[in-house]
Amino acid sequence: MARQEIKYLTAHKAEKRAKKYCRFKKMGIRYVDYKDADFLKKFLNEQGKLLPRRITGNSLKFQRKVAEAIKRARQMALLPYVTDLMK
Amino acid sequence: MTGASIGNIYKQTGIMNNYELMVIFTPVLSDDDYSTIQKKYTNFIKENGGTIESENPWGLKSLAYPIEKKTTALYWVMEYRAPSDLNEKLKIQFLRDDSVMRHMIVKLDKHAVEYTTRKRSGVKAKDTVNAEA
Repeated sequence: MARQEIKYLTAHKAEKRAKKYCRFKKMGIRYVDYKDADFLKKFLNEQGKLLPRRITGNSLKFQRKVAEAIKRARQMALLPYVTDLMK
Repeated sequence: MTGASIGNIYKQTGIMNNYELMVIFTPVLSDDDYSTIQKKYTNFIKENGGTIESENPWGLKSLAYPIEKKTTALYWVMEYRAPSDLNEKLKIQFLRDDSVMRHMIVKLDKHAVEYTTRKRSGVKAKDTVNAEA
């Protein structure tokens, strides 16, 4: 009976977070196009800064390619260097 | 060895690379000027041993940030195959040209070539659509 009254100090996390994945590997995308600004915006925050892999789930290989593409897009004024409320 | 002779060797041996060029022209150009200037650079590439794969004039587009106090500009995207010594010559032309605000030449690897040919052949940006889902 006593056993049933055990209560945890911190609540157990009920739901398990979905595993992150690299969308490029999953979708079979091999080339990140710098001209596609709308697509690259998925990897930027409100200020136009690059999101970390921690959040996007990109593999290292594609994070590098995304970073390269975004920097190219910025040079050609397709994406802003700094901004507010981009989305 | 001069640049030209290197170019000739490439032409003889057939070593060509795929490149993509994006130029931002000043918005002051008229429609005629816009098409003649495109013609000028395509001819320049052809004369120097390159071949044009595709051309895509985007036209007037607003910039993400002002360049030379201008908020809009004329974009022009082009793909070409050329020997590797052409780009330096092309760059000099762009830098001398007042109507060119920015230019960028990107070398396309095999995946990029695959992507661009597929995009051109109509399966337009299939990857992007999938990735959004």
